[in-house]
Amino acid sequence: MEVPILKQGAFLIATFQAALSDADLNQLRLGLVQQVVKYRSQAVIVDVTAMDVMDSFASRTLREIAHMIRLRGAETVIVGIQPEVAFAMVQLGLTLEGVATALDLEEGLAYLLQKFKNID
Amino acid sequence: MRAGEIRVTINSDQDIVTARQKGRSLAIELGFSAGDATLVATSISELARNIVSYARKGEIILQSVHASSRQGISIVASDSGPGIPDINQALRDGFSTSGSLGLGLPGVRRLMDEFEISSLPGRGTTVAVKKWKL
Repeated sequence: MEVPILKQGAFLIATFQAALSDADLNQLRLGLVQQVVKYRSQAVIVDVTAMDVMDSFASRTLREIAHMIRLRGAETVIVGIQPEVAFAMVQLGLTLEGVATALDLEEGLAYLLQKFKNID
Repeated sequence: MRAGEIRVTINSDQDIVTARQKGRSLAIELGFSAGDATLVATSISELARNIVSYARKGEIILQSVHASSRQGISIVASDSGPGIPDINQALRDGFSTSGSLGLGLPGVRRLMDEFEISSLPGRGTTVAVKKWKL
């Protein structure tokens, strides 16, 4: 299950379509970093609304994605973590420290537009 | 094979997703809340990943369990892999020999109501956990 990556101006939007396997997550990491380079994107939104479970591997991969993208000078916002998923993550001891999060795609876009409003 | 028992063979990362989806379905069927079903699915994901990472292949057995007036779900993850030399160490947060976060086993113990582990170096590992319905 490949994750489609859409280009929206200076931003990229990756939307999970279903539960992802470890291999899918690794592929997303590679694909996102390549596209950030290709399009000189300023930010990436990763929409995980469809992710059924955020276990230690998925959390680590998302953190790695955010760190790699930051090294390129761009920002990552994770959106759509479901309440039950958030509860399980906290119980498991997983954090997304240093990674911006927002309620949903709309809020994530609003956050980025506010942040980059003076840059063209 | 006992009635109501669901067996999932684990030997690839895709099986991790299959196992946790079956676990979630069973939990929902048994009347668990969406939140608790997610805890069950997350635990299965961690246990199945341990099998793939350390033993390469194994099995997860899901079953409904009853005790007096309670109903719950039982998850048994077993493999014939290398085993865990020091179980206490493996149950400590942040300990990992695979480069992972080391939250798998201690995390699963926090997520579930009952947790049992047995492991013999060179023979394999079995983790049996239960979650009771509130």
